[in-house]
Amino acid sequence: MSSRNERKSYYEELRHSGYSRRDFMKFCATVAAYLGLEASGVSQIAKALQDKPRIPVIWLHFQECTCCSESFIRSSHPIVADILLDKLSLDYTETLMAASGHQAEKCMRDTMEKYKGEYVLCIEGSVPTEADGVYCMIGGRTSMDILKEAASGAKAVIAWGSCASNGCVQSAKPNPTGATPIHKIIKGVPLIKVPGCPPIGEVMAGVLVHIITFGTLPELDGIGRPKAFYSKRVHDTCYRRPFYDAGLFVETFDDENAKKGYCLYKVGCKGPTTYNACGVTKWNGGTSYPIQSGHGCFGCSEENYWDAGALYARAQPFPGFGIESDADKIGTAAAIATGVGIAAHAVMTNLRKSKLIDDVIEEGKEAEKEL
Amino acid sequence: MAATTHLLRRVFVWELPVRVYHWVNALSITILCITGYLIGKPPAFMFSGEAWERYWFGWIRYIHFATAYIFVFNFIFRLYWGFVGNKYANWKNFIPTNKKFWAEIWQVLKIDILQIKSGGHMSVGHNALAGFIYFFTFLAFVVQVITGFGLYEAMSDNWFAKLFAWVPVLAGNDMLLRNIHHLFMWFFILFTIIHVYLVFYHDYVEGRGEISSMGGGWKFIEEEEFHHHQKEEQKESKK
Repeated sequence: MSSRNERKSYYEELRHSGYSRRDFMKFCATVAAYLGLEASGVSQIAKALQDKPRIPVIWLHFQECTCCSESFIRSSHPIVADILLDKLSLDYTETLMAASGHQAEKCMRDTMEKYKGEYVLCIEGSVPTEADGVYCMIGGRTSMDILKEAASGAKAVIAWGSCASNGCVQSAKPNPTGATPIHKIIKGVPLIKVPGCPPIGEVMAGVLVHIITFGTLPELDGIGRPKAFYSKRVHDTCYRRPFYDAGLFVETFDDENAKKGYCLYKVGCKGPTTYNACGVTKWNGGTSYPIQSGHGCFGCSEENYWDAGALYARAQPFPGFGIESDADKIGTAAAIATGVGIAAHAVMTNLRKSKLIDDVIEEGKEAEKEL
Repeated sequence: MAATTHLLRRVFVWELPVRVYHWVNALSITILCITGYLIGKPPAFMFSGEAWERYWFGWIRYIHFATAYIFVFNFIFRLYWGFVGNKYANWKNFIPTNKKFWAEIWQVLKIDILQIKSGGHMSVGHNALAGFIYFFTFLAFVVQVITGFGLYEAMSDNWFAKLFAWVPVLAGNDMLLRNIHHLFMWFFILFTIIHVYLVFYHDYVEGRGEISSMGGGWKFIEEEEFHHHQKEEQKESKK
């Protein structure tokens, strides 16, 4: 409790945990690179982490699977987990805190009162709105209640993952719990969406370090995602892109083309419609990412990706036409129906308009004879 | 039986800009549908060489995007011409603004489509039903332009493409845009089938040069029809 009151800087806490200055600088350089900062950005980050007292963080878990936390603590640089999550920042998080019950709730309350307007509120998961929110209760309160209270005094809200950003699987049809993403509930507090199921650990660390270093949210796109990580589509940074442009596609997952590493477009890869940094940052310390392991992109960071259509097909079914109907099947059926209609109309024309047609032909023939 | 001989009056209906618009539009829609279909469902080719040796899918996409620009500016030009062109090109041919328009739609339906009434109908330019359906094609143009450039926007620095930066934000998921874009392609295919058929139908039944009118701009109408239209026009202008 005392260490929190003194609010040491991140650097002090790190040295205390046994990291060398060299480790620390490596971390700063790594994060600066992920954030896309210029060389001077490294020293800015280092200075901020040395001088500024740590930012208090409340990290809440609602309707979610904790994969965001898992991703975060597996970020490639060990300091990420240590500095931002494990030892320092977290005043309250259900998954990792030592305290429980009333003690834990008190921790959160203390932070909220003491650092009103200063703490960063991180949310993992969506909030149920059906049945007065009873589908997600913590400490006897609904998640909606907790969220609203916690957000009211927050400096900024970070919506971790697809659940908090756009509802993910629990808001897929028919959405029985009324799962709702954070931005639809919280208004008037700066909010940043970091979608993905889960988001990349380095991306999460990058966002937090940016807030610590510059005291502001990183630059956001129209949807509210940090531009540094979500401005490019997975497709645009894909190492299989040359196969796409050459028109060389995997037809089935077990064919020769799959072995050759051709483009996964035709087996439903959502890379062309997915905005994320997977192709550049990759996962597990740069080891791989879905496409590299031969599996198309799901588009897990895109809104409504569970309902947007089949995960392993390009053509998507249309609501109301059955699950097997894609645009081409509907279109082909309509074209056939049109053809039949036209044929019927042509026959009808020759029957019902025969007098008119005969007259025109007769008139033309008469004129021709007169020539 | 000797048929009544009709004298035909030659009327200049479709001005050159309208004709040019029509054929640029027809050609670009054809190209867009073919390339678009290939982009949605690329055929499987066996190929033993290296990826760098070819670029056919890239070219297909390039043609699609380049044609899209031609299509959209051609369309914008036609909208402009709807205000400065002759009376057959005017925007009022496409939007029902009065009772007469609706009456004529019903008339065309009875005579040409359901064929429960005999006789040839008497429009010189677009008949009211055709005009109204073209209005829906214009709406479809707008949908295709918005969804298409919305998808294209992320990979382009062009100012025109950037005008559509709000589209993916509004849609939330690009996959939705793709589906709409793909489905509306079929609208154009269906429209083309029906449109071409009906042009042949009118030429066949009425003998007024319906097909060739989009070449030279001329239509031919019977002398008595001509005078009938003249009277109608005079009545209109008196109002």
